[in-house]
Amino acid sequence: MAVYKPVVVQACPKLGEKITQDTLYWRGYKTPVQIKEFGAVNKIDFSPAPPYNYAVTASSRIHIYGRYSQEPIKTFSRFRDAAYCATYRDDGRLLAAGSEDGSVCLFDVGGKAPLRQFQGHTKPVHAVGFLSDKYRIFSGGDDYSSNLWDIASAAEIISYSEHTDYVRCGCASKVNADVFITGSYDHTVKLFDARTKSSVLTIEHGHPVESVLLFPSGGLLVSAGGRYVKVWDVLKGGQLLVSLKNHHKTVTCLCLNSSGQRLLSGSLDRHVKIYSTTSYKVVHSFNYATSILSLALSPEDETIVVGMTNGVLNVKHRKPEEKSENSQKKRQPAYRTYVKGRTYMPKQEDFCVSKPVKRVLRKYDKLLRSFQSSKALDAVLEPPIMLHTPEVTVAVMQELHRRGTLRSALAGRDEKQVNLLLTFVARRVIEPRFTPVLVTVADMLTDIYQPVVGQSAVVDKQFLKLQEAIGKEIDYQEELLEVLGMMDTLFATFTKKKDTCLEENKSNGVTGVTETNRNY
Amino acid sequence: MVAPGALRVVRCGGSALCGARAVFSADCKQVGRGAGAAAYLLCASGDFVKVYSVSTEETLRLMGGHADLVTGIQLNPHNHMQLYSSSLDGTIKLWDFMDGIPIKTFTVGSKLLALYTLASAEDSVFVVIPKKGERDTYQLVSVKLTKGAGQDLESKELSVVLDGVGASMKHIAFGRQGAYVVSVKNVTLQVYFFKRKLLNRFSLSTLKTKGGDNRFSCVACHPAEDCIATGHADGKIRLWRNFHHKKEYTYSTLHWHHDIVMDLAFSLEGTRLLSGGVESVLVQWHNESSCQKDFLPRLGSPIEYISMSSDGALCCTLHTDNRISIINSNLRFSRSIQGLIKSRDVKTGLVVDPRTKALVLNGEPGHLQFYSLQNDQQLFSLDIVQRQYIHEAGLKQSDLVKVAFSAQGTWLATVEESEEVTDPELQLKLWFYHEEAQSFVLNTRINTPHDNHITDMCFRDMDGLGDDSLILVTTGRDCVFKVWVMVEDSDPEAQQSVSWSCDFVGSYHNYQATNCCFSEDGSLLAVSFEETVTVWDSLTWDLKCTFCHPPGNIRKICFGRLTCSKYLIGATDYGFLCCWNLLTCALEWSAHLNVVVLQPDPVSEHIAAVSWLSKESSLFVFKPNEPRPIYIQRNLCKEKILLAAFVPRDEPEMISSEKYLWLRKSQLFFLTDTQELMTLSTKSLEERLTPSSKQLAVEESLPVTPFSLLLGKHRRQQAQEDIDLGKPVVHNKQEQASPAVKELLHTPAHVLPSASFLCTIFINSLLISKENKSAEEVADEVEMESEKAEDDSDEEDVTAMEQEDTSHMELLGEMTCKLSKSQEKELRKIRKMDYSWISAF
Repeated sequence: MAVYKPVVVQACPKLGEKITQDTLYWRGYKTPVQIKEFGAVNKIDFSPAPPYNYAVTASSRIHIYGRYSQEPIKTFSRFRDAAYCATYRDDGRLLAAGSEDGSVCLFDVGGKAPLRQFQGHTKPVHAVGFLSDKYRIFSGGDDYSSNLWDIASAAEIISYSEHTDYVRCGCASKVNADVFITGSYDHTVKLFDARTKSSVLTIEHGHPVESVLLFPSGGLLVSAGGRYVKVWDVLKGGQLLVSLKNHHKTVTCLCLNSSGQRLLSGSLDRHVKIYSTTSYKVVHSFNYATSILSLALSPEDETIVVGMTNGVLNVKHRKPEEKSENSQKKRQPAYRTYVKGRTYMPKQEDFCVSKPVKRVLRKYDKLLRSFQSSKALDAVLEPPIMLHTPEVTVAVMQELHRRGTLRSALAGRDEKQVNLLLTFVARRVIEPRFTPVLVTVADMLTDIYQPVVGQSAVVDKQFLKLQEAIGKEIDYQEELLEVLGMMDTLFATFTKKKDTCLEENKSNGVTGVTETNRNY
Repeated sequence: MVAPGALRVVRCGGSALCGARAVFSADCKQVGRGAGAAAYLLCASGDFVKVYSVSTEETLRLMGGHADLVTGIQLNPHNHMQLYSSSLDGTIKLWDFMDGIPIKTFTVGSKLLALYTLASAEDSVFVVIPKKGERDTYQLVSVKLTKGAGQDLESKELSVVLDGVGASMKHIAFGRQGAYVVSVKNVTLQVYFFKRKLLNRFSLSTLKTKGGDNRFSCVACHPAEDCIATGHADGKIRLWRNFHHKKEYTYSTLHWHHDIVMDLAFSLEGTRLLSGGVESVLVQWHNESSCQKDFLPRLGSPIEYISMSSDGALCCTLHTDNRISIINSNLRFSRSIQGLIKSRDVKTGLVVDPRTKALVLNGEPGHLQFYSLQNDQQLFSLDIVQRQYIHEAGLKQSDLVKVAFSAQGTWLATVEESEEVTDPELQLKLWFYHEEAQSFVLNTRINTPHDNHITDMCFRDMDGLGDDSLILVTTGRDCVFKVWVMVEDSDPEAQQSVSWSCDFVGSYHNYQATNCCFSEDGSLLAVSFEETVTVWDSLTWDLKCTFCHPPGNIRKICFGRLTCSKYLIGATDYGFLCCWNLLTCALEWSAHLNVVVLQPDPVSEHIAAVSWLSKESSLFVFKPNEPRPIYIQRNLCKEKILLAAFVPRDEPEMISSEKYLWLRKSQLFFLTDTQELMTLSTKSLEERLTPSSKQLAVEESLPVTPFSLLLGKHRRQQAQEDIDLGKPVVHNKQEQASPAVKELLHTPAHVLPSASFLCTIFINSLLISKENKSAEEVADEVEMESEKAEDDSDEEDVTAMEQEDTSHMELLGEMTCKLSKSQEKELRKIRKMDYSWISAF
């Protein structure tokens, strides 16, 4: 025998982005803190040692900020001209920076004046970094050369002049103390070994290289330039693994998260995209106000700092983990009431009698089962249901319509309830998934309450709102249809006779998207 | 095997079960534990009387012999093992329903519309017959059943009891101990007292009060008191009392039903009254008061008849959709017997489920029924719409309109729409066959797949290419056809890995798309747009070519199969059957034929076409490569054939005649507009009936259960084997097997040892011991076994075991110490057993 079938509430897939583990993770940041710098922020670097201060290079200064401080806790301003690329050493005690005048400066984090100044570049130095043995510094300058310096003696160890354009970025290998790479505007990335006289590997990126990155394993290399982010396998002699084209302007900076599972790229198109390093798909993206020049992520992904062209530093801190357990727990029955009989294994000759599962029906279902239409409608017009799960309200309305009792359920309501109903309808009628049902409801409401229009100002206002909402939607749909027509014309012009069928498909894909909106 | 007789049209799928009230057998035969429960349910079904087992719901017997519809069945009040049945063919038959044998046939001569028996009437029964000379007037007559020696007797001795009665059996009821008879018709109630020969008439006012229609619809009499319950068309129930007097009669009213009361029944003591109607709710009224009532709701479909068993323990309702529900006395639903549901309109067509070979069509509203043709039973009913069905006139219900299976039966696509014209609320649902749950699970639901009604739907599914090749095509009246494909869900957390989405939308000159069909290899898709057939490449969705045979819209299309796969067949509205060659893109042949149904056979290249011309349907079977049909059957049946389906046979049938070779691999079923399911058969009627009757030859004391059938089968098989071996049958073997079983079944439960202990004995008794083997084999084995001299010889096996058995029962205390030894023995025995019988299952 059949049992009562509850009302089917149509679960519509949410349009737009899907909620994944990643979106939840990357959304877990507080509202950003904005700090104004003096010029475009060209480099942000986090200290690898706690308390994880970060150095921000902008204009002729290097500011060091504490984790939560909005004011710099330290400033290096002994530059005659612009400073570039202030980078921490692995232990977080030394800081190296390039400058406009071609010198590379080495600072003690605690001190003020530079400890060493490495002279040798004739043009501004935009790329500086420590090799992983901590005693050597590499630099890349606009004089097309890449140099290697010894910290102790302040002497140049070797100079490679292999690039044919400005060297603008570099990165040292973490596994091999002799290996570092530089990227240049000559569209190449070169891998150098300090033990050899010339570059070991050259990778053709295809666009001026703005940023390079080596994976902690040292096997994979990421280069950014133009609109592309490319990943190369160094161990296979520089074979292209994947080419990502997710930005629509030049990609300026790259960064890995602390676990190495996600790759972040910032671009002049004001977006930061986060890729999974296993699938190389975009898993999340951030939007910023202006073009992004630099980007850094603190250890444990606690803070994201983004530097912009207009000198604004955008700092986002991670929200503290919510404590989900409430200390005030309801007193629960003793443990043994739960375990009682749980572990009992039926013996061979035992008869197992299964307990019938109790079906829990929602309130509106119970009312619908006993054919109380008005009360069922009342039940779903309660604010929690109406506001948070409008699909339930609409599903019950639809069911009532199917049973032919919607009109009587809507009729005979007082001002407050009519107001509630009209507010709901006016707000939701333009949602494509609710439109067919709510248009009927609106129709009936106007029919039923037409005689009393003018008696209540509140209800009249709601009727006007409804009219306005519907009018707007009609205009909008008309515009959409116009656009559709234009697009069809364009497709028709651009496609050859042969490909008609294929293109027809595409244009119909567009129709499919708007089709849902056009229903009413 | 069969003499090439003419092909016969055979009705199958059973007829409507609701020809008359069902009858419970009155016997309280102690079958197993069913203490006092009625064992059989007797039911009129078309020209037959069916006997069901109440406990297992199985059809036990089919008693045929009437030449027309059976209109009434009643137990013989003087012998509970006998049954009277009346039929429109003018005969009353007396049956022994335990054996299914007709005892006597009484010929009355005129149509019999209802049958009643009374314990007080010695040798006469009451029947309703049409009054001679007048149309639509019926009279209740008592028929004196002549006593004679022969089987066929004439009984023309009729005496009129009441005139002007209703034709339905629900309109007459007999009062307590047969003291009076009540008949209702329109708004009059007649009561006739047999003793006093007094006829009282009562009339309700014909004025329709408050729009209600107070005509009588049914009547029932209280078994102990002078009280009559009548049901009315407006849903009221009236309880009449004091009707001995013409003026001082009284009645009280019970009202719950909102529509006509279909049937009423009093309980055995008369304290409860059961009523049912189109609401499909069984209402139980206590003590004739309107405040005390119980409901058994959602019985599925309108209740047509209610009947009580003679001991009052059970009641059963017959429903309009060919179902019998058996209900306990405490108003608990017990079980149901479901035949082929005949819905008003089979919109889905006849589809064959490739997995179960069951016929799939509309069932209950919003359900899909899987109907097994082999055993005339509904396998299961799949809820597609998944909404509460509310029976009310004027409501727009949504129902299933299209069904398609993928080739392996792993995917099922269904389309449902509501009856509303403006907004059909279309839904396309895709179901996946879940192996663990053994049923279809909803995978994807697509709202509004087309802007207008969907006209056709088909799957492309090739065995070789795996799941990727699976494509669904729907055609709609919104002038497009859509291609749906499976897409993998990228989100790893989604519950299912695949879902369906639209891949391509095609149209042709803004004509309505009417039919679609994939070629056998799946490379081509044919879609008909009104007058034109378009052929599309299924890889690139390029339009390859178009065919047209004006005038007239294309009604059906299909591709040829196997050797004829280069042909495309189409039938048009203006009575043309065309065959196009896909290689030359030219019309190969055409024939002037008004084709209603065009059905290709899935396992051969034959195509069946059913035409409808001047009130008769004709069947043509042809191969596309030759314009001459292989087989023509004119005047297949008088009704219009709406749908047809080829059902592949499990094993090819032996057909000697070349004419009927097309029926070898599959069987053709068709559905007429009166919802009769028919098939074509080469066998004669007797042959078709024999296997079922053979199956029914079971010990009369045992109800037929699958288990007992298993036993019977096993026994038969053994006998067969013995005969095949051509040896003198070792008679005691069968008897050996049966005593063990018999003992097990007949020993009272409280003296039996535990079931786990008995199990081995029982299983052993079923096994085929090695006696059947030839002497040499036995000798070989004796050598192998010679390690233990004390081992029992083979012949003594079973008897020894039985001795052990009894000793166990006697010496339960010593069992434990003896067990180790006996276990050893048994283990050895088991090792020796021949397990070849397992393969038989």
